[in-house]
Amino acid sequence: MGLTGIFLITFLIVHMGINACMWAAVYFPDDHGEMFNKAANFMGSMVLIRIIEVGLFLFIFLHIIQGYMLTVYNRSKRAVGYAVDYGSKGSKWYSRSMGLLGTLILLFLIIHWLHFWIPSRFTGVEEVEYSGVKMHNMFALMQTTFQQLWVVILYVLGCISLGYHLAHGFQSAFKTLGVHNKRYQIMLSGLGYGFSIVVPFVFAMMPISMYLGWVK
Amino acid sequence: MEHYNMSLNLKVWRQNNSRDKGYFEDYKVDGISSEMSFLEMFDVLNERLITEGKEPIAFDHDCREGICGMCSMYINGKPHGPWKSNTVCQLHMRAYKDGDTIVVEPWRANAFPVIKDLMVDRSAFDRIVQAGGYISVNTGNAVDGNSMPIEKDKADASFAAAMCIGCGACVAACKNSSAMLFLSAKVAHLALLPQGEPERKKRVVSMVAQMDKEGFGACTNTGACEATCPKDISLSNIARLNQEYLIASLTADK
Ligand code: HEM
Ligand code: SF4
Ligand code: FES
Repeated sequence: MGLTGIFLITFLIVHMGINACMWAAVYFPDDHGEMFNKAANFMGSMVLIRIIEVGLFLFIFLHIIQGYMLTVYNRSKRAVGYAVDYGSKGSKWYSRSMGLLGTLILLFLIIHWLHFWIPSRFTGVEEVEYSGVKMHNMFALMQTTFQQLWVVILYVLGCISLGYHLAHGFQSAFKTLGVHNKRYQIMLSGLGYGFSIVVPFVFAMMPISMYLGWVK
Repeated sequence: MEHYNMSLNLKVWRQNNSRDKGYFEDYKVDGISSEMSFLEMFDVLNERLITEGKEPIAFDHDCREGICGMCSMYINGKPHGPWKSNTVCQLHMRAYKDGDTIVVEPWRANAFPVIKDLMVDRSAFDRIVQAGGYISVNTGNAVDGNSMPIEKDKADASFAAAMCIGCGACVAACKNSSAMLFLSAKVAHLALLPQGEPERKKRVVSMVAQMDKEGFGACTNTGACEATCPKDISLSNIARLNQEYLIASLTADK
């Protein structure tokens, strides 16, 4: 769980970086998503990225399977429960709800794939041309997708789930890998909370800023 | 502190044997002194049950001074009761006031089957220690303590881990019924010292294997164990155990 989790965390950084290019349209009035499309196209056309993509799917799959196996395994270890629950003494609700949070993220991911990945890879996306080079207009696809309020709400909820998942997962991954040095543990837990607030926030701002028309 | 007497409503788990289904029984106890320990309150109740010709409540205890790890009651949702860094035997009735209702359950985990009432079988812990929590190399006669220099930090960390009394509260509190806090304490206190070095890798690999075999769950670093441990065993011992295990399983000879 730790290894696959850390891999997915690095993926999130790259993913966020590429997507953040959409805000170029805010600063350069005649960008209209050009920078974002080029960045997405650049990622999509690199052989190396395609290879990593296979690995990414493998890791997502592994992470999910392992996650459910772990949840079921651990649930099975206390056949008779307590009358009075131990509750949240010493642990956070999100630390105890990783299976549930993971499921919410998975549901979000499926819808997210249907929105972007499937069209981009299989069913086709409208194209644009920049100085003679044709590419998918992912920017336009995002604009149309994020016109619907329910989609925006769903993405924001997805991001919140991701935030809480990471708030526990980030630190936990390093503990699982054996980091026990006090200074590093303090540093990593700070970094973990920062990451799990900033990254989902930046992601959540994408559909919001499209819906509100900040990005055109 | 002012002394006072109180009456209490107890809800106690009763179960004849490991195959029995078990049930809660209500007891009203009167004239309980605020200076009694929690176990003494049970002694008073048991004396009464015996004179009434009823079966007394079975519960584990031995030293009654917080060092043996035998006492094990899950009280109102917390192993060892409400006080921090404390065992049930060291819990005093001044923690309660007149008229309180107290629910007392045994440790719950498949690896700790109930023997009777509040008594559970914790021999799984013994078997984990037997799997490697010792030093078997010949050490000869006792040598002068100062002949083996050990850094203060390491000695302190090892001593803190060696405080574990094997009570099992960590398992009882953990939503995964994981024994990792216990095991990490047992592994860490030896791994930190030169005496533990010779069997370091073999020890951690076989103790983890035994723990899995006993049917404890897997650790997900929630931190519930650390909050309930009477000896304040630190969660960072678990990260240390993970490191020990990772290195040992990659590099051990077999
Ligand atoms: C709300 C913020 C998000 C937006 C706007 C967004 C947008 C996009 C877009 C436009 C693509 C298609 C890129 C392309 O293939 O050309 C994509 C792909 C993807 N996104 Fe997101 N995304 C968001 C959040 C997330 C989150 C939180 C995850 C969770 C891990 C995630 C996982 C993925 C995956 C796995 C792909 C497929 C990547 C690939 O091509 O292999 N996304 N996203
Ligand atoms: S780690 Fe703490 S709670 Fe667990 S067995 Fe040792 S003393 Fe008891
Ligand atoms: S009876 Fe020995 S620790 Fe409580």
